[in-house]
Amino acid sequence: MLMEPFVRLTGIAAPLPINDVDTDAIIPSRETQSVARTGYAEKLFANWRYQPGTRIVQPDFVLNRPPFDKAVMLVSGRNFGCGSSREAAVWSLVQFGIRAVIAESFGTIFRNNCIRNGLLPVTLPLEVVEHLLQEVNQGQTTLTVDLEQCQVVTPGGEGHHFTIDPLEREMLLKGADEISVTLERRADIDAFRERDRALRPWVYQESSDPQREQCA
Amino acid sequence: MKGNPQTLIDKLWDAHMVADLGGGTALLHIDRLFLHERSGGRMLQGVEQSGREIFDSSLVYGTMDHIIDTNPGRTDRTKFPGGAEFIATFRHGIERAGIRMFDIGSPFQGIVHVIAPELGVAQPGMTLVCGDSHTCTMGGIGALAWGIGVTQGEHVLSTQTLAVKKPKAMRIRYEGTLGPCVTAKDIILDLIARHGTRGGKGCVIEFAGTAIEALSCEARMTLCNMAVEFGAWTGLVAPDEKTIAYLSGRPFSPRPEYWDRAVAWWRTLRSDEGAVYDHEIVLDASEIEPQVTWGTSSQQSIGVGGTVPTPESLDDPVAIASAEKAQAYTEVAPGQPIAGLPIEAAFIGSCTNSRLDDLRAAAAILKGRRVAPGIKAICVPGSTPVKQAAEAEGLDAVFIEAGFEWRESGCSLCFYAGGDSFGDAKRTISSTNRNFENRQGPGVRTHLASPLTVAASAITGRITDPRSFGAC
Repeated sequence: MLMEPFVRLTGIAAPLPINDVDTDAIIPSRETQSVARTGYAEKLFANWRYQPGTRIVQPDFVLNRPPFDKAVMLVSGRNFGCGSSREAAVWSLVQFGIRAVIAESFGTIFRNNCIRNGLLPVTLPLEVVEHLLQEVNQGQTTLTVDLEQCQVVTPGGEGHHFTIDPLEREMLLKGADEISVTLERRADIDAFRERDRALRPWVYQESSDPQREQCA
Repeated sequence: MKGNPQTLIDKLWDAHMVADLGGGTALLHIDRLFLHERSGGRMLQGVEQSGREIFDSSLVYGTMDHIIDTNPGRTDRTKFPGGAEFIATFRHGIERAGIRMFDIGSPFQGIVHVIAPELGVAQPGMTLVCGDSHTCTMGGIGALAWGIGVTQGEHVLSTQTLAVKKPKAMRIRYEGTLGPCVTAKDIILDLIARHGTRGGKGCVIEFAGTAIEALSCEARMTLCNMAVEFGAWTGLVAPDEKTIAYLSGRPFSPRPEYWDRAVAWWRTLRSDEGAVYDHEIVLDASEIEPQVTWGTSSQQSIGVGGTVPTPESLDDPVAIASAEKAQAYTEVAPGQPIAGLPIEAAFIGSCTNSRLDDLRAAAAILKGRRVAPGIKAICVPGSTPVKQAAEAEGLDAVFIEAGFEWRESGCSLCFYAGGDSFGDAKRTISSTNRNFENRQGPGVRTHLASPLTVAASAITGRITDPRSFGAC
């Protein structure tokens, strides 16, 4: 699936100054009621955005307050996106309009899902993240995230360099379809499997006892 | 490979490397993909819509666990809104692709991470992925197993590979002996409490040391199950003679003509003497207490004899705000002893703690006793084979006579997806892996603990030290 390339983004950054924002909070399990991958924007952070069991807005929640209701990025704490592998967490952020999350660290699976959906996870040291949270809280709400330069730039012009794996960066910059890229290596995959089948034939067997399998 | 001593992780990496993509990233062969009805249908639908072929359906397995009903006499009906669509989409995709699937009613049905090792589908040294974060469980038998999202699932279905950046390696060695009533669940909660939810730093963790060698394969799976809660990419334990014995005779274990070769390879899957890890932690197993969580993160865990900490004692403003938010949600106060806190519900189940050893341990406390009045107590065996084995030795009667519901297998009340909940805001002691806000239902306050601690607490109606029952 082609995704929207990520090159440079300037816009409102919403502060979410807590650690361990889990994917159950980003998209509660009960909200993913359809196989479809669309319709997630209104479900984002449902348990925090709305009063329990309703769609009545909780006015205090950051994404319900201007200017953060128009946020295009989030700044949080440690271990953002920990927990369940549900990709709907990323879909709900992207469909709401969030294209970058800045945090000290990320849940690994969530981070992998971000890269494959055009959402940039920016990892920065805790002191920089806390500094950015402070800036945003003090009204300096517009940040720029530049993936070509690998920099987060504040309204005052301060730049904070971040690092990202080169292959991940390229995938985001191009909005590349990873499956097509991998299938260009079909010959390598076939060659590996031929060698491997000779070394580890049991990996490719159907079952230890076909009769027992039938009862499944 | 001659020359530099290798870690177990290096060996598994090399054994699966299809291509070196540069910068430490490799295209790895995926030996097994396990699908379930919650995300598997989406993956299969994605491939169908792309017009691509399934690369090798013989290496793909499926089951129903996440949102199916677990009440006795169950059908396709589930309380989960939209559940019927997930089940139907999954079955359609499975049938179209010709994938083997253990459906409702199959004697092999169960939670992916329970049945994959139990059936021998997961084996030492295999790469195995699943659209579920607790796939790391299979590290307990020496598989390199990790959770993925839907897009990566489509990648595996289409190519039987994944591009993965080689994670750093961490070894955690436990020396010494565990105390009575201290289980693998307590080891991992204690570890996360000590080092935090990012303590695993995205690494692949090898659990080692005499205390780990002494654990059963089932207990090692409990340990590895929560590696993801520790912020690890995955966790594993090197296969040993216990692992080989565990795999012997299972329905999908290596066939007799391959068995000796498989075992010979498994015996090489150990870190070499002198292999270097990026991080190493050494801990004394005898210091670990039975654990109970007080907050909404697995690092918010303390010994059952401990008191809820004061947020101000934490190191930075974001950590303090997080702890205050957690205490407001769970309604516990700083300085309060965790033992004695009245509970309203008790749950034994989930991919963490629903295997036969877990049910036996809980039953040893429950036998001849009754849960406290007003406690809603539920046991959900991790798989249909576990349920049948438990019933064969009379454990179902012990649970039922103690006042527990005895259910069909599935993920069930581990999360509020089957549509089941203990009731709004109920305080629940649970053998599961996540105490996140609303995870087990609207407002539900979850206290994570071992099956022993859950059973002991269900009997008294308060969070209780299992050692007070003299059952271990």
